[in-house]
Amino acid sequence: MARSASSATTKRLAARKAGRTTRAKKASGATKDELLQFYRDMLLIRRFEEKAGQMYGMGLIGGFCHLYIGQEAVVVGMQAAINEASTVVTSYRDHGHMLACGMEARGVMAELTGRIGGYSKGKGGSMHMFSREKNFFGGHGIVAAQVPIGTGLAFSHKYKKEKAVCLTYLGDGAANQGQVYESFNMAALWSLPCIYVIENNKYAMGTSVNRGAAGTSLAQRGEAYGIPGMEVDGMDVLAVKAAGEKAFAHATSGKGPYILEMKTYRYRGHSMSDPAKYRTKDEVNRMRQEHDPIDNVRARLAEAGVSDDDLKAMDRDVRAVVTEAADFAQSSPEPDPVELYTDILVDA
Amino acid sequence: MSIQILMPALSPTMTEGKLAKWMKAEGDVVAPGDVIAEIETDKATMEVEAVDEGTLGRILIAEGTENVAVNTPIAILLEDGEDAGAIDAGAAPAAATPSEAPAPAAEAAPDRPAAPAVAVMDVDEEKFFADTQTQTVRDALRDAMAEEMRRDEMVYVMGEEVAEYQGAYKVTQGLLQEFGDSRVIDTPITEHGFAGLGVGAAFGALKPVVEFMTFNFAMQAMDHIINSAAKTLYMSGGQMGCPIVFRGPNGAASRVAAQHSQDYTSWYAHCPGLKVVAPWSAADAKGLLKAAIRDPNPVIVLENEVLYGQSFEVPTDPDFTVPIGKAKIVRAGADVTITAFSIMVGKALEAAEALAAEGIEAEVIDLRTIRPLDVATIVESVKKTNRIVSVEEGWPTCGMGSEIAALVMEHAFDDLDAPVKRIAGEDVPMPYAANLEKLALPQVDTIVAAAKSVCYRG
Ligand SMILES: Cc1ncc(C[n+]2csc(CCOP(=O)(O)OP(=O)(O)O)c2C)c(N)n1
Ligand SMILES: [Mg+2]
Repeated sequence: MARSASSATTKRLAARKAGRTTRAKKASGATKDELLQFYRDMLLIRRFEEKAGQMYGMGLIGGFCHLYIGQEAVVVGMQAAINEASTVVTSYRDHGHMLACGMEARGVMAELTGRIGGYSKGKGGSMHMFSREKNFFGGHGIVAAQVPIGTGLAFSHKYKKEKAVCLTYLGDGAANQGQVYESFNMAALWSLPCIYVIENNKYAMGTSVNRGAAGTSLAQRGEAYGIPGMEVDGMDVLAVKAAGEKAFAHATSGKGPYILEMKTYRYRGHSMSDPAKYRTKDEVNRMRQEHDPIDNVRARLAEAGVSDDDLKAMDRDVRAVVTEAADFAQSSPEPDPVELYTDILVDA
Repeated sequence: MSIQILMPALSPTMTEGKLAKWMKAEGDVVAPGDVIAEIETDKATMEVEAVDEGTLGRILIAEGTENVAVNTPIAILLEDGEDAGAIDAGAAPAAATPSEAPAPAAEAAPDRPAAPAVAVMDVDEEKFFADTQTQTVRDALRDAMAEEMRRDEMVYVMGEEVAEYQGAYKVTQGLLQEFGDSRVIDTPITEHGFAGLGVGAAFGALKPVVEFMTFNFAMQAMDHIINSAAKTLYMSGGQMGCPIVFRGPNGAASRVAAQHSQDYTSWYAHCPGLKVVAPWSAADAKGLLKAAIRDPNPVIVLENEVLYGQSFEVPTDPDFTVPIGKAKIVRAGADVTITAFSIMVGKALEAAEALAAEGIEAEVIDLRTIRPLDVATIVESVKKTNRIVSVEEGWPTCGMGSEIAALVMEHAFDDLDAPVKRIAGEDVPMPYAANLEKLALPQVDTIVAAAKSVCYRG
């Protein structure tokens, strides 16, 4: 019995590898407009996060602040692979996800500064923001708590017979939480349209994947439940999008959940106050220089004949958006003291 | 325009640090992300990264300088095409430096508004008692769910053994047959997972009724009940209501020992963002569960296994609900107030009969709702009786009795003729042995003795 199971595993893995090559072919076929859009979306996240880091340094942002720099291709590629009815939920490293969902930079930044103009009126902060309008369901501070929640959102899509998925993002560290497997089991049992996007950025705070996980292929973590998994180059937005499309097609055709393990990397510390002594500067520099998701698209755009001036103009546009967001985040007032007591219960 | 680089704060508590080392020299070109300096705080050494691109025009703070305050300019960055002359020309500090950073909070204590009371719906319960039938608590709870499922398609029931098995305690009997397996869902044994899944479904506009086989097992789901269900509305500035019911038997069962026999009422009572009810009669069980399902907030419905088989008169009108937040005086009396909830209401009523035989008329208040607690009804009663005994099955420390004692002191201190008396379960894990279990739980004679003592009798 055990033998036949493991040979089935090998076959599935082989099939997945084959899948990867197909994706690479498709990836190079992206249109110039699509590439430009990806470039802009990723750049917005990068510049936003740099600004947030800077404002944190000036004492304008408090508490925990987890930057997404380096991982931009994951959310931008995934967002391009789903439809409008789909929902998104993630952890506390959420600024990039919100911007990718179309939430406004100013509202996100004002939440970081704890002002009334923030998405949660200043009561949630960096880790807890939401937008029903943009189908973004948080922003959750407890590692892996968003996983059953996302599974429940997928349950609601199925219950309401919607053609939609819930993109449920989680970290490599979160992948070791028990509730993830409770979720995988229910999602597979009930064929829920849930795409679990494991953002493997190699570290959970200071713990590298191999120090925290027995069996480091996170893509295979659903195998016991019959959930297909795929390893994806999370630094390549086109590879991400292609994988996302495959998972979306699977989940929306009634076949149940899908796991995508995004191989990615965060350039900054875990949060602002992390001196990052658990990895070498060399490692960080190598990722930056050789695998940067934005450089990658910039190179493709150059190949496609987009001029440096055009890219610079886009850079200026993006900077303007971020500057406006930062100004708003500082001019928006602090919440009125009456807000202390609002939003505890909905009036029945 | 030249840009000032400021001494950054690297943690929420940092106010100053040592500029340990410059990694770039004047005249060096820097790109965003380049490490330009190292800073030491009492906790760690951290790198300062460039945010903008340009040329390091001038270093303002020499390396080795201690106690550099956060936000002090430490260097000037020149942008494309600028030369160092721009610095002396006094170019305005720029984009990167917001001119006036408003000092975040921490000044004089802000005006403190008053906390508003939770709105309680006004329902005329009495009129529904014109038409009643005799029902067990179990059937009343089942009917409550069935009626609400008929009324609203978004309501569904999930939990262990709720569907095919018809409920571990048969509370969901017949629901699968009437509503089918897309609305009555057997879950795996996975409390943490299905509680979180229910919260997600509620965010997705469904109205889940999540059954815990007993509340003992909900400890595994506590994180989702509190962190996800109760707090998200607040943390989202009002966007993310979570209309969900968590229900199941709570409190001491019979002879199942410590892990299966515990009253969690005060645990949930502690948490803002939740409503908590603990009915005794079948009518209240039905009316409160229906109100809970209709409520747009997370509601904890604490049932009691021992009560499931007890019968009461229950209104038949499907519009009958009991408002959350209202206690009920189940026996009027002028000499002493006894508060109780869930199974202890029955014990309190028995005690009141015994007291009456000795000439003491007790007023028994069934709290029914634990959060928000109906303080007014308790205080009114104490103003009349001038004495109060609180009864609960749970542990005494930080229990409901502690809360009631504090509230009575705050609202009716001058009306008290005797200290508040708390009757609670013994401060021990529930024992298995029949004799010890009996000793661990409040009994009728303990309540009688307590009431007599506050009346200075016996
Ligand atoms: C249940 C829980 N335990 C611990 C923490 C503290 N904590 C916050 S983030 C984190 C590391 C998570 O790493 P990973 O899942 O890889 O996500 P990443 O930060 O890399 O995006 C820890 C331990 C928490 N927030 N919640
Ligand atoms: Mg990680």
